Amino acid sequence: MDQMQHIDIASRALKYARKNGAEEASIKLSMGNGFSVVSQNQVIDVVEQFNDQSFSISVYIGKAIGSASTNDFSEQQIHATIDKALSLSRLTEKDDCNGLAEKELMATEIKDLDLYQPSDLSIEKAKEMALQCEAAAFEANESIINSEGATVGSYENQSVYLNSHDFIGETQSTGHSISCVAIAEKEGQMEMDYDYSSTRGLDDLRDHISIGYSAGNRAASNLGSRKLKTQKAPVLFSPRVSKSLFSHFLSAISGTSLYRKSSFLVDKIDQEIFPNFIQIHEDPHLMKGFASTYFDAEGVQTKPRELIQDGYLKGYLLSSYSARRLGMKTTANAGGHHNINVEKSVDEDLNEIIKGMQSGFLVTGLIGSGVNIVNGDYSRGANGFWIENGEIVYPVSEVTVAGNLSEMFSKIQKIGNDPETDGSVFCGSVLIDDLMIAGE
Amino acid sequence: MQNVDEIVRSTLLDPYGIDDSDLQSMLGQVICSGIEMGDIYFQSAEAESWTLEDGEVKKSSYSSRQGAGFRSIIGEQTGLAYSESFDKQSLMAAAKAASSIAKAGKNATLPISNDNHEKPYYSSENPILSIDDLSKIDLLNRLDAKVRSLDPRVTEVIASLAGGHGCVLIVNQDGKLATDVRPMVRLSLSVIAESNGRLERGTSGGGGRMTYEFLDDDQLSKYAKEAVDQALINLEADEAPAGEMTVVLGSGWPGVLIHEAIGHGLEGDFNRKKTSAFSGLMGEMVASPVCTIVDDGTIPDARGSLNIDDEGNPTESTVLIENGKLCNYMQDNLNAKLMNTKSTGNGRRESYSSQTIPRMTNTFMLAGEHDQKEIIESVDKGLYAKNFGGGQVDITSGKFVFSASEAYVIEKGKLGKPVKGAMLIGDGPSALHQVSMVGNDLALDPGVGSCGKDGQTVPVNVGQPTMRIEKLTVGGTT
Repeated sequence: MDQMQHIDIASRALKYARKNGAEEASIKLSMGNGFSVVSQNQVIDVVEQFNDQSFSISVYIGKAIGSASTNDFSEQQIHATIDKALSLSRLTEKDDCNGLAEKELMATEIKDLDLYQPSDLSIEKAKEMALQCEAAAFEANESIINSEGATVGSYENQSVYLNSHDFIGETQSTGHSISCVAIAEKEGQMEMDYDYSSTRGLDDLRDHISIGYSAGNRAASNLGSRKLKTQKAPVLFSPRVSKSLFSHFLSAISGTSLYRKSSFLVDKIDQEIFPNFIQIHEDPHLMKGFASTYFDAEGVQTKPRELIQDGYLKGYLLSSYSARRLGMKTTANAGGHHNINVEKSVDEDLNEIIKGMQSGFLVTGLIGSGVNIVNGDYSRGANGFWIENGEIVYPVSEVTVAGNLSEMFSKIQKIGNDPETDGSVFCGSVLIDDLMIAGE
Repeated sequence: MQNVDEIVRSTLLDPYGIDDSDLQSMLGQVICSGIEMGDIYFQSAEAESWTLEDGEVKKSSYSSRQGAGFRSIIGEQTGLAYSESFDKQSLMAAAKAASSIAKAGKNATLPISNDNHEKPYYSSENPILSIDDLSKIDLLNRLDAKVRSLDPRVTEVIASLAGGHGCVLIVNQDGKLATDVRPMVRLSLSVIAESNGRLERGTSGGGGRMTYEFLDDDQLSKYAKEAVDQALINLEADEAPAGEMTVVLGSGWPGVLIHEAIGHGLEGDFNRKKTSAFSGLMGEMVASPVCTIVDDGTIPDARGSLNIDDEGNPTESTVLIENGKLCNYMQDNLNAKLMNTKSTGNGRRESYSSQTIPRMTNTFMLAGEHDQKEIIESVDKGLYAKNFGGGQVDITSGKFVFSASEAYVIEKGKLGKPVKGAMLIGDGPSALHQVSMVGNDLALDPGVGSCGKDGQTVPVNVGQPTMRIEKLTVGGTT
């Protein structure tokens, strides 16, 4: 099925919804297909092919909302789904904040962001890449005795968003990824680590051999890990984990957390959240970005903007609903944040920052969801390396790092110049002064 | 009332004119020459949710999905494909895509035979239709009123009611056809309490494979009190301690320890691939002798229970660790075959579009002999972690974490001040050697657990009695 057929289904569905009583309605139709292959211990373990579709609708009657979805595109099933949404909207209570985003906010400038980068990657070629990637992990170090596998995947998505303001937005995108999880063993102790690359276009992927190699090296370097004594020490988050700190920041400034008063950043607009050297921008128009778009999930025009300027909070992440709840304007974040850039504060990468440290804990892995956005309390399992006199001295595991996000944000010392290029939050290594480490 | 087989056929096959001879041709394609194992998995699922916020039910959504998954296996290799359209051409194309891991060969001819295990561990009734929509709204409104009447410091109440109903039809490589109808309900409550500018959350909820009718007035009062109490206790909580200490874990939901520290490490796939910290330890002592741990998919109405697993095998009660000794892994067909053993009915998939892998059902530690009070009194200095949030494990190194949501310090055998939530971290293979006392108060969690593995989420239960662990690292700030 092509985009024209999608638009046709969606337009007819919209007509049907309006004819049957919907005052306003929005529809999203999407379709995706692709495959992934896994090599485990140099055998192709899994070949998976997928092919999904979904139709979802929200209708408003008298400021009350009902939503329904299906993956069956037959006219009969689509009508049944719309009928269901209409019947739910007649049962739920009205809310004056409900409704589509204002018509004048609908995107009028929609340019190509190069999100669609189709490749001729065949399943056979992907198998070969997965096998070679995993083989590189085994070759990286003699301690690599096993693997959780190397995975190569490719997908293509198409979607149409349409609403009763006559807005139609189409999106077409692709994604390619390669990842490798290596297992090292020494004296009965096993350690695992990984590396990956994920991009819109096949040609932008990092070399699969180097990914396998680095997964192997990382796993091997974790061998012989120790616990630390319970203590306060500087903690350096590597780029792989540092972006999670800013993801917590983003959930704390999301509209839903704010109007529910369940965020430690309620009413903090124009206040100092970070040290003055920190700047955070939102860039919805990054070419080939994973969170790039000219219109949000409600059709609202997106614009680049500042979230943090010189440490001060300049904006929230709002949809039209959460904006109305807060008496504010939507920030075109229905559906979530766009690409987030945390600017470097020093021209140093991870190794250079390490060189400047007396002692401290370099965190390269975090586990567990011990973050409470309501009060900012933070406590997560961590592993990584102990640093002494500017050098890595031994690997560390089975410890926690804990603090409160408000305090942790204000104690950031450095943001490095080494962000990873995958994903949608870009942030280099982050050094935070004096965090509690629990261990022995 | 229709039997399960009739419900499933009338939902998944009849409307599309699919009969046993069509299933036979699809199976013939999936198990074409060169293919050793495989199956067909037809599924439909509908789900609804109702959400109360600001004292009103303002949101409701409904979804329905269907699809048919096809799996072909040679040795360790699996081919997987599916179709969301039930026209015969699309179904055959997906079957062909799955079997393309083998060089094109002759299609097999396998007769289809019914293989239904009449072991209903739950009703086939559709929860969505079990009460009318206005009663669902009324139920949430009553819950809201109960919560708000408990304490004026409560500022926000968010409650949601979710129900689902699914049909599955599985045909395995022997032509055996099995069906199941799976209901699920869940109530979730989250409250925010505010005092002197400090905000804290409390949560509660429960459910299982049943209809909404278990949510009577008493049950709602219980959920209301539990969530409000937790929020108020957290308003008083001090900073949590940091470092190694003796920890007493409460009964029920804290069983997430068993799930993370031991459960995942005993799933067949990790052990077949030798990537688990428990690989090769069969028959060894992996816990102290007071620990006996089972995975039981047959508990009536429980969230993690199944009549049959997603390969059509009946679920079982499997003893994983008996008096400290490792005696069984949890297996699906593929890993059982490769390890020369039998499936334990633990083959599960999130849906038709995902891989079948060994997964837990209801996993818990059996009761011991001590009273809860006696266990707390035995501790000179430590932490009592009464309730928990989620957890996570690194299968390979065995390191696991789980986060306390309600905890108290213990001083000289007495419960002291509540402390804030903190992450607890330990090492799977050694943590359960540290269990020194096990309570007589075994409880399962109230039916809220979901387990994630390889990107797939499935409902599970966890459980345990109160237990004393000699040494665990608590990730507080003081």
